Amino acid sequence: MSTNFEDQTTDIEQEGTDIVRAVAPAGKTARRIRRRKQCRFCSEKIDLIDYKDVRLLQPFIPERGKIMPRRISGVCAPHQRMLATAIKRARIMALIPFVAD
Amino acid sequence: MADKRVYEVLFIVDPNINDEDLARLSDSFQQTITEQGGTITKVENLGRRTLAYEINHRTEGIYVLFEIEGSGREIAELERRMRVSDAVMRFMTVRVDRERKRAEKLRERRTRKAGRRAGVRPVNVAETAEPSES
Ligand SMILES: [Zn+2]
Repeated sequence: MSTNFEDQTTDIEQEGTDIVRAVAPAGKTARRIRRRKQCRFCSEKIDLIDYKDVRLLQPFIPERGKIMPRRISGVCAPHQRMLATAIKRARIMALIPFVAD
Repeated sequence: MADKRVYEVLFIVDPNINDEDLARLSDSFQQTITEQGGTITKVENLGRRTLAYEINHRTEGIYVLFEIEGSGREIAELERRMRVSDAVMRFMTVRVDRERKRAEKLRERRTRKAGRRAGVRPVNVAETAEPSES
């Protein structure tokens, strides 16, 4: 069986966005430099996001059931589109919630 | 036929159904598809699963997946039957041939790029460089 929800999933390692706090030479202004993060789906070479693969989608619906914006997740635009479609499909089929209870 | 389409139909069956009735239901749906000229390429019983939210006051459901090759006519008939079936709590059809073709294209493009990076063909540095940091 290739389509078991929890069994065979493509695991993507969890990692937060790299936000490096940098202190300006003068030591007064602390700036945030956000390092560009590679899209997880690109680095994992995922070309198709299956909505039935709940474990793959889960990291992108942190709480309240919302889709994580790509400015936070670092997902590229094409993959974000695929991801959004998959999440919406999974919601319809009650695989993931529409809103957090 | 040149324009064969591939569909994935996922449907949720009432968890109170017994095994025989589930088998009978699945068989009759498959029959509907073949009668309409479609081909069933995959049937998967994904089993019982807790629903993310209640549907028809049920907290779980039995998930069944069909993969169908056809024209779309058999999908219309299958969906019509699912809609009137008391046992089917929800269903969704996704046309997958286009998505798969697109994924295949992306995969090919990536392997071509990887080949170039590996130095199969000399390219200048700027072209092979990773997406630049901002
Ligand atoms: Zn990507």
